[in-house]
Amino acid sequence: MVFYGIAGTLLLISASKDKKKTKMALKKAWKSLQNMLPQLLAILLLIGIILAILDKEVIAEFLGASSGGIGLCIAAIIGSITLIPGFAAFPLAASLLENGAGYGQIAMFISTLMMVGVATLPLEITCFGKKTAIKRNIFAFVFSIIAALIVGGIL
Amino acid sequence: MKKSTTNLLKSYEYVLILIIIIALMCIIQPSEGYAAMVITKKNLLEMVYVIPPVFILLGLLDVWVPKETMMKYMGKNSRVKGIVLAFMLGSCAAGPLYVSFPIAVTLLKKRASFFNVFVFIGAWSTTKVPMFLFETSSMGWKFSILRLILSVIGILIIAKALDITTDNIDKEKIFNYVESEV
Repeated sequence: MVFYGIAGTLLLISASKDKKKTKMALKKAWKSLQNMLPQLLAILLLIGIILAILDKEVIAEFLGASSGGIGLCIAAIIGSITLIPGFAAFPLAASLLENGAGYGQIAMFISTLMMVGVATLPLEITCFGKKTAIKRNIFAFVFSIIAALIVGGIL
Repeated sequence: MKKSTTNLLKSYEYVLILIIIIALMCIIQPSEGYAAMVITKKNLLEMVYVIPPVFILLGLLDVWVPKETMMKYMGKNSRVKGIVLAFMLGSCAAGPLYVSFPIAVTLLKKRASFFNVFVFIGAWSTTKVPMFLFETSSMGWKFSILRLILSVIGILIIAKALDITTDNIDKEKIFNYVESEV
């Protein structure tokens, strides 16, 4: 409900300043929602299916707090390779957490998911050159490991 | 009319396939099929609380924050201002990481500094405002804020590391390349 409050307030401020722009913002919001909705729904259904099949014990075993280094590795590999938009990844991460995954493992999954892109590496190389693109991914990967260890250590 | 229906069907292709799978599960393994439906429904309801306002925020940010003005302020001598702007530009944006690459190229073309461009990419990947709001709602404040703090530090270090480890010749090559090619 907090989000509805924030969005509503900003929308009112925006409307009082410029009605046309506000209209355009709403149009853009609607359009991006429309674009993302199929992906979003598909992921929700997929989560439902995966979690219905995998039981808590299996998740806890592979990604649980006690899965340690291997769990972190699995999370890192899945995160680096897959291309899940954050909007879809967070509910997935939240349900994995609810089902026994460890905080460090989930942080690893989210960080690599967002920063490391194996599938998009070719595109990145055409933009920044091979050296820079590969370096950026390696740095991001190392960062993810450190962040995961810290998050796992604190929470 | 007919064409838009096929387009709609195509974009919801996976949704339909997954619904069919769940339906089949209900027939073959009723307990698991039912569980899949319950989990999906629960997650769907949670989405309804967050998604609409997040997209409204995205739209507002998109409309009120002009791209061109920011480019001017991200050059080599922009210092803290440039870093802050790089963070803001990346954090306000929408879309997956690979969308940021072409924009980063545009920034490089306008001679935004190497460091700032990679701060922008880092921000785009992890510190997006709508994404952060979404993360807090699914992962809780503690997890999200801790990750946010680590991300900001990490982004700066990664950008700096890229800046330092790329010598001027390589940078010039990239600048020349984006100017001629893209």
